Amino acid sequence: MSNTSKKLNNSTVSPSGLGAYFKEVFNAVKSLFVGLRRTGYYFTHHKEIITQQYPDNRETLNLPERFKGEVVMPHNENNEHRCTGCTACELACPNGTIKVITKFDITPDGKKKKAIDKLVYHLELCTMCNLCITACPSDAIVMAQTFEHSVFDRSQLTKILNNPGSKIMEGIE
Amino acid sequence: MYRQTEIISDDSESPSPGGFGEAGDLIINVGPQHPATHGVLHLVITLNGETIKKVEPHLGYIHRSIEKMCESLTYRQFIYVTSRMDYLSAHINNHACALCVEKGLQLEIPHRAQVVRVLLDELTRIASHELWWGALAMDVGAFTPFFHAFRERETINDIMEETCGARLTMNYFVPGGLMADIHPNFQKRVKEFISLYKLKIKEYDELITGNIIFQNRMKNVGYLSAEDAISYGCSGPTARGSGLSCDIRKLYPYEVYDKISFNEVIENGGDSFARYMVRIKEMNESIKIIEQLIDNIPEGDFQAKTKVVLKLPKGEFYSRVETARGELGVFIVSEGGTTPYRIKFRSPGFSNLSALDHMARGSKLGDLIAMMGTLDLVIPDIDR
Amino acid sequence: MWSFSNIADSIHQWLNETFHPSVAVIFEMIIAGICVISLFAVLGLVLVLMERKVSAWIQIRMGPNRVGPKGMFQSVADTMKLLVKEGMTPSGADKFLFNLAPFIALVVAMLLMAPLAFAKNFQMWNVNIGVLYISAISSVSVISILIAGWSSNNKYSLMGAMRSGAQIVSYELSAGLSILSVVVLAGSLNLNTIIQSQADGWWIFKGHIPVIISFIIFIIAVTAETNRAPFDLAEAESELTAGFHTEYSGMKFALFFLAEYVNVFIVCAIGATLFFGGWMPFHIGHWQSFNHVMDFIPSSLWFFGKTFFLIFVIMWFRWTFPRLRIDQLLNLEWKYLLPISLFNILLVTAMAIAGWYF
Repeated sequence: MSNTSKKLNNSTVSPSGLGAYFKEVFNAVKSLFVGLRRTGYYFTHHKEIITQQYPDNRETLNLPERFKGEVVMPHNENNEHRCTGCTACELACPNGTIKVITKFDITPDGKKKKAIDKLVYHLELCTMCNLCITACPSDAIVMAQTFEHSVFDRSQLTKILNNPGSKIMEGIE
Repeated sequence: MYRQTEIISDDSESPSPGGFGEAGDLIINVGPQHPATHGVLHLVITLNGETIKKVEPHLGYIHRSIEKMCESLTYRQFIYVTSRMDYLSAHINNHACALCVEKGLQLEIPHRAQVVRVLLDELTRIASHELWWGALAMDVGAFTPFFHAFRERETINDIMEETCGARLTMNYFVPGGLMADIHPNFQKRVKEFISLYKLKIKEYDELITGNIIFQNRMKNVGYLSAEDAISYGCSGPTARGSGLSCDIRKLYPYEVYDKISFNEVIENGGDSFARYMVRIKEMNESIKIIEQLIDNIPEGDFQAKTKVVLKLPKGEFYSRVETARGELGVFIVSEGGTTPYRIKFRSPGFSNLSALDHMARGSKLGDLIAMMGTLDLVIPDIDR
Repeated sequence: MWSFSNIADSIHQWLNETFHPSVAVIFEMIIAGICVISLFAVLGLVLVLMERKVSAWIQIRMGPNRVGPKGMFQSVADTMKLLVKEGMTPSGADKFLFNLAPFIALVVAMLLMAPLAFAKNFQMWNVNIGVLYISAISSVSVISILIAGWSSNNKYSLMGAMRSGAQIVSYELSAGLSILSVVVLAGSLNLNTIIQSQADGWWIFKGHIPVIISFIIFIIAVTAETNRAPFDLAEAESELTAGFHTEYSGMKFALFFLAEYVNVFIVCAIGATLFFGGWMPFHIGHWQSFNHVMDFIPSSLWFFGKTFFLIFVIMWFRWTFPRLRIDQLLNLEWKYLLPISLFNILLVTAMAIAGWYF
């Protein structure tokens, strides 16, 4: 036997006296009945059930507005977004989830202007750390409250956040 | 190493070459896939009948080289990775890293951020202890408490989800304060949780703490003396169950811990039951801290003004916090760049696990599972 | 009044009128066999569903609620799944014994059905040593667990089987002694006579304190004998993954599972028969009118009601208590239950001689 068990034997205090013994037995049995009463209470009180039946409660399911589900780029009704293509999000991302591909638009007055061609977002790499959102100077990207991300093909998780043919809003620099 | 488990026959004269015990020993692999190891911990147990002769933990099944990963990430980026170490106290891990970076930058963070950080830390601690309580009950064979514990834990997770946007890996503490201000509902929800908790904590005692079978399973097993706790480097509730005062919140206060009154829970038993009681009482202390702070969140900024690119001066920085499992230390070596030169995490689970062999020798197989439960092991924290 | 015995009698009469008596006996045996097997299947389905619902409600969950109305066909679906699963035999296992073990478990459970009285005059085998027969046969079930554990060639299985062997052999003593106290009072080993002796009140009321003590010991001992929590050391999920049936899958596992539940039913039926009067309605002494009112409830309902109540109690134990350790388990038997039941049997004997019961 190791020294551990020797120490154990010393620390064991045996109860003395018949009264103490019966009291101990009584308390032991009582503790069992206390537990049985508690589980019996829950057995008979079905109102305490807190289960939410997931696919059935899709309509009533309310996710908090801050829930970090996926990065999206909101567009207004004219198919315009706020992204300037500054790549701050790309630099802030710890695991290369975001890739900004820029192009040069020719403005009506003949100047070249930098704009995004594609903002590629790899959902399969994203850890929802929210760093890109805080880094964005023009609030072009936000977190969406979606959470059902499973797809049959991994390539579907690579998303392009700006809509096709979208433009930058007026007045965003 | 992976010699599958034959009974070593009587005619082998010397201990087998692998050092796996003597004749008549039974060697069992508990894990990496086992219902009681709470993850991918692999224990090679040498048994004599039901009695344990030796426990040998084999690690590395969930090693993700987090320390090395952090070296390639900037000081803002690396914090999120630490949520994945001890995922049950993700906030507190983030807190340790944020503190270390702030120490390097010599940044004074706003008072409001400090209070909210402490509040969330304590909520995390309660959530972690509640999960531990359910899992420990499951380890000793009672299945019901697990679900009851999750009911209360879910309330905390909802609070976290509302304020931080995530339930488990929040990444809410950033160098300089908080990522966002607390949600307007935060105080109300926390108060609701406190009243729910006070109602339900009695049930914990009814179901498990007072139960005679549970007490017999816990008392006088897995003895760890204070000296051994020191020599194995144990910390947190594991060491405090052996009568060792080691609460970082008391000894090296950070944030506002020195301004609030709470007790450091110390039990002198040294056995599994003492460790159990430390954690149960710690939940009550955490509630006490939350009650003191929840109505006194000061107005002000939630984040200090910081530069966009953080650069730590050349040097070595160390900070430590008390997680739900013990002392978490973060050591950063900086060469003055935007990324750390070297990062080392001193995780509580690793040192606590090292005491398992000492504690388990001579006790029964069933007790080993209970002891592992009272150590509150989180395997990704041990492996990193 | 509708009762099982009338149906059985009319079938018996019709068979004897139509066929030669010896042919009729063969037909009756076949019918009884089919009845037992279907009862087995139904019991398995009902008890598994009951366990899942009881555990769910205790654990503030909903339990199965998708298959059929309120999840009633969940266990049918599970059975279907188990039936089509491949029955695997590990390559290192002793194939003959490995495949034999679940059948022994099942056959033992089936044999135990024979002397049970399900309703008034409805019994397969009215044997005069019914109680002895049950105690004898039920101890065979440990053989199946030992065979399963040994032949699996797996250390977890072996440890589970060894634990189970020590456990069942020990707890049979106090189970037997607590059964004996009723036998002493009733003066017979015949289950039918024991039930008849409770016509003026069940033994748990007539025999007051000593019989209540032996009932408590009985319920503890049979919980241990059927390997159910808090005495489920043979399975001990968190310690031995699944204990003696770690290597079993598919229908072989299902047979063990079924045998466990049928064993629970049988021990509860025996408990109901000995302590709560089996199919005997709730009678109080010589209150003729009260007793007559109680007789209107069919005897089969009384039997199944009492049995399922005891099954519920055993399930309630399972979902409330933590598991004992192996040495504590044996201590409980040899240091507490066995001395108490030995003393108790002395008390009951004295009581029976002196007539200190109602």
